[in-house]
Amino acid sequence: MLKHLLVSAAILSVSLTSASAETIRWARAGDSITMDPHAQNEGPTHTLSHQIYDSLLQRDMAGSIIPSLATEWAALPNNPSVWRFKLRQGVTFHDGAKFDSEDVVFSLNRAKADGSEMKELLSSVKEVRAVDAYTVDIETNGANPLLVNNLTNMFIMDKGWSESNNVMTPHDVAKGETNFATMNTNGTGAFMLVSRAVDEKTVLKANPNYWGKDIYPNQVTEIIYTPIQSSATRVAALLSGEVDLIQDVPVQDLGRVESSSGLKLATAAQNRVIFLGVDTANGPTADLRVRQAMNIAINRDSIKKVVMRGQSDPTGVIMPPFVNGWTEDLNKYPKYDVKMAKDLMAQAGYSNGFDIVLNCPNDRYVNDEAICQAVVGMMAQIGINVTLDAKPKAQHFPIAKGGESDFYMLGWGVPTFDSHYIFNFLVHTQTENRGSWNPTGYSNADVDAMIVSLESETDLAKRDATIAKIWAEIQKAQMYLPIHNQVLNWGMRDNIEFDVQPEDQPHFQFLKFK
Amino acid sequence: MLIIILRRLLQAVMVLLFVALISFLIFRFVGNPVESLLGQEATVAQRAALENALGLNDPIYEQYANFVWRALQFDFGNSYRGALPVAELIALRLPATLELAITSAIFAVIFGVITGIYTAINRGSMMTNFILSTSLVGVSLPTFLIGVLLIWLFSVELNWLPSFGRGEVVDLGWWTTGYLTVSGLKSLILPSITLGLYQMTLIMRLTRAEMLEVLRQDYIRLAVALGQSKRQVYFFHALPNILIPVITITGLQLGSVIAFAIITETVFQWPGVGLLFINAVYFVDIPVMSAYLLLVGFAFVVINLVVDLLYLLIDPRLRDGQLRKEV
Repeated sequence: MLKHLLVSAAILSVSLTSASAETIRWARAGDSITMDPHAQNEGPTHTLSHQIYDSLLQRDMAGSIIPSLATEWAALPNNPSVWRFKLRQGVTFHDGAKFDSEDVVFSLNRAKADGSEMKELLSSVKEVRAVDAYTVDIETNGANPLLVNNLTNMFIMDKGWSESNNVMTPHDVAKGETNFATMNTNGTGAFMLVSRAVDEKTVLKANPNYWGKDIYPNQVTEIIYTPIQSSATRVAALLSGEVDLIQDVPVQDLGRVESSSGLKLATAAQNRVIFLGVDTANGPTADLRVRQAMNIAINRDSIKKVVMRGQSDPTGVIMPPFVNGWTEDLNKYPKYDVKMAKDLMAQAGYSNGFDIVLNCPNDRYVNDEAICQAVVGMMAQIGINVTLDAKPKAQHFPIAKGGESDFYMLGWGVPTFDSHYIFNFLVHTQTENRGSWNPTGYSNADVDAMIVSLESETDLAKRDATIAKIWAEIQKAQMYLPIHNQVLNWGMRDNIEFDVQPEDQPHFQFLKFK
Repeated sequence: MLIIILRRLLQAVMVLLFVALISFLIFRFVGNPVESLLGQEATVAQRAALENALGLNDPIYEQYANFVWRALQFDFGNSYRGALPVAELIALRLPATLELAITSAIFAVIFGVITGIYTAINRGSMMTNFILSTSLVGVSLPTFLIGVLLIWLFSVELNWLPSFGRGEVVDLGWWTTGYLTVSGLKSLILPSITLGLYQMTLIMRLTRAEMLEVLRQDYIRLAVALGQSKRQVYFFHALPNILIPVITITGLQLGSVIAFAIITETVFQWPGVGLLFINAVYFVDIPVMSAYLLLVGFAFVVINLVVDLLYLLIDPRLRDGQLRKEV
């Protein structure tokens, strides 16, 4: 028995060491939570799912929307609340089953079911109908010009496979459920799941019948994905050649990776803005002049230089540059001006300053706690005595969004690439269904109405004008003090050609070897 | 005798109940799992609903009683993060931690005893001074630093050993082992040294002290006077007499090796229960955290209990003394 094991182990190790050059060994900090594509709405989970499953349309490596399982889409000319999708023909799932409109209808309804974490993204969807085998209509409650933006992570499963494995609904993570799809997959994507050990190793191999074989480079034949939590170990694994590509390169190791022969660093702006929220309802910060003073007392350039080692893009608006509504003008950040800030403080009657607590996470954003420390020093220059309270994210977020904090740090990514997403969570008055991340006390009925109107405005020019108007209001109220947009860094072997994707999602069918 | 055993068992149960209380209380108040479960898009109403579903709004004593009652049946609930039963998750991860702990304990004992004897026999030699002073470094450097240093030297600079993971493992159905493959064995080396270094130093110093003590005894001098070879004196007369305290300490330390594994496992991305626990902390995965704390508490209590009972068995003085008092 033992001998048999030894032999099979030896064979196994031989076959593994002889893996060809097209294998990519990929590491990042965290693992996917579940293989069920609708059970979680979270970055690393979607990234792994994207290799195996396809959505109707997807974002490419530059972040633009491109066709995937749908080849064409448009709102019906006579009825703007119905979107019609033409589906790709001749696509098969990994088990050989044919892909058609039935699977799309099934999958979207599955994503809307109880237990799905994707259902909020489909909250405007009234009905999904198959028109014929390769045409699907999605009807929304009122026109929804943004529907396609919500579909880029909405994966399509096979109806027959789901039926025979009893995974008709996603497993409800909150209820601690699990199902066959948690560990097994059957997608249409470029890669098929070979083996998976959670938090250890996931192996994928190229799908020989992939529909995109002639569309994308598809040079990767095997992916070995290992989460490595400790950043020092992750970098060491890249430097020692044990992995080929890492995400989440720590800022202090960037130089080391870049200067190592055989390695290179790819950098791009991330879809995530870092800012400070300020209470506008109570205390000294209720005075607009105080908030203005705080805003110009932040030296964004020196935060970039000293704290971020150059790895950030300072900004004057709480919106990453990919987002619809972003302009050069909004992005301009105010000049650092202590004298004027002091004047403003004096006008507000706080020439002697005041005490405030800054709540800050210490394990969520790049150098989050160090940024807050820098802010403490900058506020001291205009007489504001800031006490820093840095906590792990699990403790920080309830404080930050619960309205218990007068001054807190937050970062925001915009998966829909549209300003409405920011407004809906951060700007709208806090109510049951909106404004869940707006504890600043900012509440403006006109702005609220404009935000809601965006959801059904189909005239895009008019819609963009409304967006600009809302941004003007936000910039006036200054309940948020923008700091910078984060920068993404991927470290890789220098024979790899791969762009950094703004959502931090590598799609390996795009990867090329030199 | 029976009464003593029963009393010790009762004490063990009390300790475990107390550990359960602490683990329950700390983790219940250390953060809100609802945030991590729902993600940033959640609405206020959804959050309230989830809090109810998780039983977070029940009275605290009720939550504790439920917790203990389920723990007795090995039901620690489902992990909030992985959605798997916690008992199953831990069973899946336990082989990795146990193999690491056992390997590092073996490493610590073998090298600790050898260097301990060597430094006792060759007092004052260059080598002895070198071993003693480097061992001080081993005790004073924090584990994660040792791990990172080893990775830097042996993985990045020399490229000899893997920097992370378990390598290829063989699945025996109920147990996954890295002992049967080359890459599995290579992967064990660095983490085992990192984890075992502290214990090794401890054992070395203990062995050395005991050895020095024993070598002063009359029967050793007699053996030397009788003209027995050095090897015979050291290994047949001295060594057996120092092993009892060394084995006791090693046994007691096994609990802390398992507990300390958290740091080593994080540095080496070792897929054991320690890493599971750290992930659970990041995610505020309360069921996993509580179960882990109970597991470690349980391991400590059991090891101590066994040692206590063994003493009773070995040393009649303890046993008689206790019995007389009882009467």
